[in-house]
Amino acid sequence: MGFPQKSHPRETTVLSKHFGDPDARTLAGWRNRGGYRALEQTLAMEPAAIVQMVKESGLRGRGGAGFPTGVKWSFMKPGDGKPHYLCCNADESEPGTFKDREIMRWTPHALVEGCAIGAYAIGAETAYVYIRGEFTEPLERMTEAVREAYAEGILGRNALGSGKRIDVYVHKGAGAYICGEETALMNSLEGRRGNPRIKPPFPATAGVFGQPTTINNVETLVAVPHIINNGAEWYKAMCLGNAKSTGTKLYSVCGNVRRPGNYEVVMGFPFKEFLYDLCGGPPAGRRFKAIIPGGSSVPIQTIAEAEATVMDYEGFVACGTMLGSGGVICIDDAQCMVKQIARLARFYAHESCAQCTQCREGTAWTTKIMERIEAGQGTAGDLDTLLDIADNMTAKTICVLSDSCAVPVVSGIQKFRDEFEAHIVQHRCPFRPATAAAVAA
Amino acid sequence: MTEGKMISVTIEGRAVQVPEGTSMLEAAKVAGVLIPHYCYHPGLPVAGVCRMCLVEVEKSAKLAPACATSVAEGQVIHVHSDPARVARQGVLEMLLINHPLDCPICDQSGECELQDYTFAEGRKDSRYREAKRFNPVEDFGGDVVYVPNRCILCTRCVRFMEDVAHDPVLNVSERGDRAVIGKFEGQDLTHPWAGNVVELCPVGALLSKDFLNKARSWDLDRSASICPNCTQGCNTALESRDNVVVRMRPRPNEDVNKYFLCDEGRLNYRWLNRRDRVEFPHIRRGDALAPAGWDEAVEAAAAALRGRRVHVVASPSLSNEVLFQLAQVIARLGGTGVFRVRQGPEAPLDGVPGLSLRADRAANVRGAELLGFRRTETPLAGLANGDALLVADEELAGADAASLAAAAATAAAVVVIGTTLPSWAMRAAVMLPIANMAEEEGTFTNVEGRVQRYLQAKAAPGLARPGYAAMGDLLTALGDQTVNVVPSDVFRALAAAHAPFGGMTYEGLGLRGATVSAQAQPAALAAAT
Repeated sequence: MGFPQKSHPRETTVLSKHFGDPDARTLAGWRNRGGYRALEQTLAMEPAAIVQMVKESGLRGRGGAGFPTGVKWSFMKPGDGKPHYLCCNADESEPGTFKDREIMRWTPHALVEGCAIGAYAIGAETAYVYIRGEFTEPLERMTEAVREAYAEGILGRNALGSGKRIDVYVHKGAGAYICGEETALMNSLEGRRGNPRIKPPFPATAGVFGQPTTINNVETLVAVPHIINNGAEWYKAMCLGNAKSTGTKLYSVCGNVRRPGNYEVVMGFPFKEFLYDLCGGPPAGRRFKAIIPGGSSVPIQTIAEAEATVMDYEGFVACGTMLGSGGVICIDDAQCMVKQIARLARFYAHESCAQCTQCREGTAWTTKIMERIEAGQGTAGDLDTLLDIADNMTAKTICVLSDSCAVPVVSGIQKFRDEFEAHIVQHRCPFRPATAAAVAA
Repeated sequence: MTEGKMISVTIEGRAVQVPEGTSMLEAAKVAGVLIPHYCYHPGLPVAGVCRMCLVEVEKSAKLAPACATSVAEGQVIHVHSDPARVARQGVLEMLLINHPLDCPICDQSGECELQDYTFAEGRKDSRYREAKRFNPVEDFGGDVVYVPNRCILCTRCVRFMEDVAHDPVLNVSERGDRAVIGKFEGQDLTHPWAGNVVELCPVGALLSKDFLNKARSWDLDRSASICPNCTQGCNTALESRDNVVVRMRPRPNEDVNKYFLCDEGRLNYRWLNRRDRVEFPHIRRGDALAPAGWDEAVEAAAAALRGRRVHVVASPSLSNEVLFQLAQVIARLGGTGVFRVRQGPEAPLDGVPGLSLRADRAANVRGAELLGFRRTETPLAGLANGDALLVADEELAGADAASLAAAAATAAAVVVIGTTLPSWAMRAAVMLPIANMAEEEGTFTNVEGRVQRYLQAKAAPGLARPGYAAMGDLLTALGDQTVNVVPSDVFRALAAAHAPFGGMTYEGLGLRGATVSAQAQPAALAAAT
């Protein structure tokens, strides 16, 4: 549902059905809503059969990359003699994204169940839930849910009486954006500085504590019990045309929009109707100018591009951006794009882990130029310099933080070049009231 | 190296075969191609952070970090293609935006990789128009000072302290462009090997306090040498300016010290510049020692020794060649040869097995033992009445006046060969001044039996001659028919006479050295008594 808004009739509430319902947080309440039936069922299945079922469902990673979950799970080779680990990425640090927070606030047992099934499917006895440091309430809810699950024998050395061991640990991050990157998360989990690792080796070969590890997003894992309960065919059917993107997706909508909140729609939903019907369109008297549809790291769309977009993995790519994490940031015509992009760049400059040269220096340099342009101090060559710096920052570093900083700058200059040039020519931000001195001149 | 699969790759048009698992950067070295890099160092774990070594791989969408990517069969790698070159230029520009560009006052200038690569491939100007980041200079303790404004955060120092020294004092503090190398609270770079971070630093961020503002790198003369300060035999480069040694640095040798040198060894070079050196041969005239010519002095020394048993007190820091010549003197005249070794605490470098600052603080203890000299704490004890006492480069520091007087009374004659003239040596009949190890060439045998050459780094003072030359003349004066006055000849004679050195040649040692056989037994001195 469009929490905290009322659910919209065109939503398909699978994961968000119980948002806002305090009773669903407790173990008893969750069991009344069908909780842990899927886990019971899977513990009687062969792990390979679960992986196959998830493969058939077409479920893809909801953290941003959209990699098929079943395929990812199949990289974990059973019987290699090593301990396997499941990591749940609950860092949700991407600006504009707040869906996992609501999942953990309202349905923590759904994630516990998803983790338990995922762990069993990949041959792991241990799952770690890495929760973003700023998420105090989700941390409390998850800790309480895990405690209840242990007390009831759902987790532990004899999970649900199956004789199989499944442990779930909740780990609190310390508040770094980069710890949402999977290998930085693993370093942080191990007690090291949260720096991304060089890949290869990939986590499936050497992840947490150097052992084979699968890492999944919260939304991905909570979808799994529904697939087990209702079947792969049911999940696969939730798509409006494109068979490569299936199921429902939670979108976090924020910015200049009438009804911000979390909305769950099936894959293939038209973005235009989503923005105007479900989310209520722009505030009164304004028009949408730009949309960042998948969290701050994806290319900015003009509203015209957004209105032509179909909401699934391929649909967003076809319209020059990405589905990403589903954090929809709406920007209306009263906003200065230069200022918005400068703010994004500042975020990335602050959060760069400082390993790679291009990211450490490039994010800060980009920020300084962007803020200088916004302050009316830009020069004619600045845009070319920004694009060249962005080129140096793209596809050259260990992780994609650097690329993520370059993306809004490049797409912003491409699509809103007139606003940048107005700043440079007028020596001030055209969206700010002119000073008396400037008017007199 | 030979086991496992070999992989064929082409780098800059040169086909090479390297073992499976070799990084592109190391494979390029085999092909004779230098891939510019900062954070990579063969003695440290791979970090892959400077992104300087990005290379273009045909049929690959992204540039690959050469240090962190293993070669794959059939790869065609371009180091100097446009995409790779442009990427490097981008890294160089970014590394310099916050750099103070203070090369004229930077110790690293002239041996700075940031300077070198910028000259080679960098932009001619910077597009950076903003304020530069500033951080104050910080004393890191030990011999190390940190200049954060010049730092490129390659993390070589952090990795050395953590993974090689196993003493994680350093870290990367802060994030983004505020990041600097930090020290953990309350800790200093006091590890006995911590000074290596200065050498590892590719730029002027970590500097030696000892060398600070002392010389410009382009004014220095460099000679391959061996650290004379313990039996480990770390390979070094002795750097001098105007005939003064100003710095000793590690020289890589995979078999001995990898890339490292301990702080005690590194900083203990000033004795090579002593100003109280004896510059002329001296002969006793009446109550005093008076300067004399070499011919006269050598003849006087031979006369003092001739017909007497000889008790030789030799320094274990003398070369194999000089010790061999001393042994030959003992062989001709009969007698004994002893040495003593200054002791100090051991200090291993945990991450490199077998590498340690050894308790024996002299370079050639093993060589002295193999050539038949006996280790003792009381070097004058074996002196018999009527013997000649020959003291070779040993100041007998710490010996009490009474025992020195007793020795002088016991000895029929005292001959001193050395670099200085301690007060007891005023009683000598003859004093022959020789060069110290920085002023001559020769070989040492290290604790593991590796025979290694060192080269001359500066000139000896006055008329002082290399030890092998002085000893060669003395042997001739004593009736020896073979004239061995160049070190390669002396070494040839040594190798012929002593089985552990059998088969070695001076030239064949090169700069890597060769090891005496494991079963090597000390020779017997003075066969002809």
